[in-house]
Amino acid sequence: MNTRALRRTALIAVAASTTAIMLAGCAGSGGGASSSNPNEKITLTVATFNDFGYTDALLKEYTKLHPNVTVQQTKAATSNDARANYFQKLGKKGLADVEAIEVDWLPEVMKYSDLLAPVPAADKDRWLGWKTDMATDKKGNLIGYGTDIGPEAICYRSDLFKAAGLPTDRDSVSKLLEGDWSKYFAVGDQYVKATGKAWFDSAGGTYQGMINQVEAAYENPKNGKITATTNPDVKAVYQQVTAASKTQSAHLGQWSDDWMAGLSNGAFATMLCPGWMLGVISGNAKDVKTWDVANVFPNGGGNWGGSYLTVPANGAHVKAAQELASWLTAPAQQIKAFVNAGTFPSQTKALQDSTLLDFKNDYFNSAPVGQIFTDRAKAVTVAPYKGQYYFQINDAMQKALTRVEDGTQDAQASWDQWVSEVKAIK
Amino acid sequence: MTTTTIRPDAVTAAPGGTPKSPRRVGLRRRRSEWDLKLSPYLYVSPFFLLFIVVGLFPIAYTAVISFMNWDLVRNTGEFIGFAQYQYVLSNPKFWIALRNTFSIFLLSSIPQLVVAIVIAAMLDQNIRAKTFWRMGVLLPYVMAPVAVALIFSNMFGDRYGLINTLLGHVGIPAIPWHSNAFASHIAIATMVNFRWTGYNTLILLAAMQAIPRDYYEAAVVDGAGRIRQFIAITLPSLRPTLIFVIITSTIGGLQIFDEPRMYDQYGTGGPDSQWLTITLWLYDIGWGQWNFGRAAALAWILFLIILVIGVINLLVTRSLVRDEGGRGVLTRAQRRAAAREARRRLASDAALLAAKEMVS
Repeated sequence: MNTRALRRTALIAVAASTTAIMLAGCAGSGGGASSSNPNEKITLTVATFNDFGYTDALLKEYTKLHPNVTVQQTKAATSNDARANYFQKLGKKGLADVEAIEVDWLPEVMKYSDLLAPVPAADKDRWLGWKTDMATDKKGNLIGYGTDIGPEAICYRSDLFKAAGLPTDRDSVSKLLEGDWSKYFAVGDQYVKATGKAWFDSAGGTYQGMINQVEAAYENPKNGKITATTNPDVKAVYQQVTAASKTQSAHLGQWSDDWMAGLSNGAFATMLCPGWMLGVISGNAKDVKTWDVANVFPNGGGNWGGSYLTVPANGAHVKAAQELASWLTAPAQQIKAFVNAGTFPSQTKALQDSTLLDFKNDYFNSAPVGQIFTDRAKAVTVAPYKGQYYFQINDAMQKALTRVEDGTQDAQASWDQWVSEVKAIK
Repeated sequence: MTTTTIRPDAVTAAPGGTPKSPRRVGLRRRRSEWDLKLSPYLYVSPFFLLFIVVGLFPIAYTAVISFMNWDLVRNTGEFIGFAQYQYVLSNPKFWIALRNTFSIFLLSSIPQLVVAIVIAAMLDQNIRAKTFWRMGVLLPYVMAPVAVALIFSNMFGDRYGLINTLLGHVGIPAIPWHSNAFASHIAIATMVNFRWTGYNTLILLAAMQAIPRDYYEAAVVDGAGRIRQFIAITLPSLRPTLIFVIITSTIGGLQIFDEPRMYDQYGTGGPDSQWLTITLWLYDIGWGQWNFGRAAALAWILFLIILVIGVINLLVTRSLVRDEGGRGVLTRAQRRAAAREARRRLASDAALLAAKEMVS
């Protein structure tokens, strides 16, 4: 879902990213032969997208520690550009020594885990358990160095809460929403009755938060068979969210122009809020002073988004690249990246760092977001299994929800169409 | 052919006793004949060599892949016959995409050409600041399609969009631009028209300027009004250009991609495939699902559709835009040449399209 925000800008940036990709290609091939000599002068390339918080200063620090290594970063404008580049070159030549991937297309990468260099055993236990589990293949190889994660909290508008007679400070809101999804929707009912306005932004966004708590929603982890259409959990989530959406949703598709406008004009009172969403809200609703974050999430914890670094096994300097990836994802660097770009750390040690825990966000009424999202990250217990068809099935589901929201179809007809679409996959 | 003309020389040279000089003559003749016959082909060959490398090869390669279950990353595939074609043709999405493509194509091409002809006819008159107006017409074409799409998708917002807000002021209910299929087609066609009308106008204007002014003078003497002149002189004289414009806009229309892709935030043709076009679906299969076998099959189907439509188009336009009463604007040979040119352009455009799909 995170990637979609940027799909809109994807085409604009085609020219820029093509250049980036070409640069990556050139740099990759210019690296030379294997690095048998540890003191040989080499250039390592790191390919990322959006903003990983790897500033030039941070990369120069690595050169200070390893005088023979120069690090060059190429940034694709969007995760989608990076994805296209990644799969066109994986297994061939031309990828950077360290390549960033996003959790959305991680399942597709796992299909080709044999083409990637595994994370050395010494580094394996540094991350939160569920972060590692998602990037571990059937042979037990961990192929991704976890960078950031997207633990979810609830963002809300305190002025709208006040107008509805609900508590406004973030601790009371946390208490108010404590519980499962029915509790969240029950408070929503209360809000809608009091104000006649929408409680949450869209069925799609809310569904995403709910389905990310289901362990194996669409596919059987053992044999990869598609179970989405018969899984009672999926149907239950679908029914619950479409029922609530009738009265409580603002029916604004996430990332649409209307949705962006809705962030600032009070079209909805709450939304599910991974750490990186804070930037989206503050960027799109600059003049609103009443957005706040509550340290709570229905049904415990949920994760939405996040990335990994991978090392292609056929690179020119695999060993050196592994060291670099390991350094970049070490606690100290994760904290620096968080300060630079707000990417929330995924290493257990980083979550105890005082810089992180004391971090406050001025826009959100000085909310202690470091502490809040650390708590939310610890509350995540489920690493949802996402197989190779996850993206397609989920995409079809998002469209099914949109059909219900915009009134094209009723919930049952839309579900039926989704079932037939899922059957056509494969 | 060359050998038969050269042999007599060689035969007469042998008994004559001076073998060298006649042979040199023969060689020179032969050379000059080769020069005459081969040089033109040599001169045009760079295009065809380039076309074989970047055009024909990808088309053939696409055809091969379309019969396979292709894994892009490992660069391997297994042969599965017509299964990909069967999948595409039996998928309801294909027929919806086909419907949308034609709907958007008709909604954009027809008004576009009509308006382009009218604007061109107006620019053809004696007006002040001609160059200014002519350049102005081309301006939208210079804008990047993505920028156009961004601006227009903002205007066509369902709730807070400019057009619906304006409609609201005059008491007309908001139009569901993103859930009603026909409304979305109109919105997308508007973007296409905005961009391409000026381009076609200039081509038609160039053709209008080439019409000898004597015809109009004669018509004025005969007492024909402006409209009569337009119908009786301008339109028939535009025939070859119109054929060209119609065929290029057909090919462009059937390949429409940028505008529907930028129409919403997902770029996959709408929740109920309301504005899913064939190229959009092709892109999604290829670069969204990494299923290149299926994408290749769809590319070939599209290639054939464009070919068929192009031929129908050509026949229809030729009979519709008749050279009235053989006014002698064009000789028969010229007309044939124009048709040949159009056919060639059509074929190579269609081929290039398929090539582009593979390459990009």
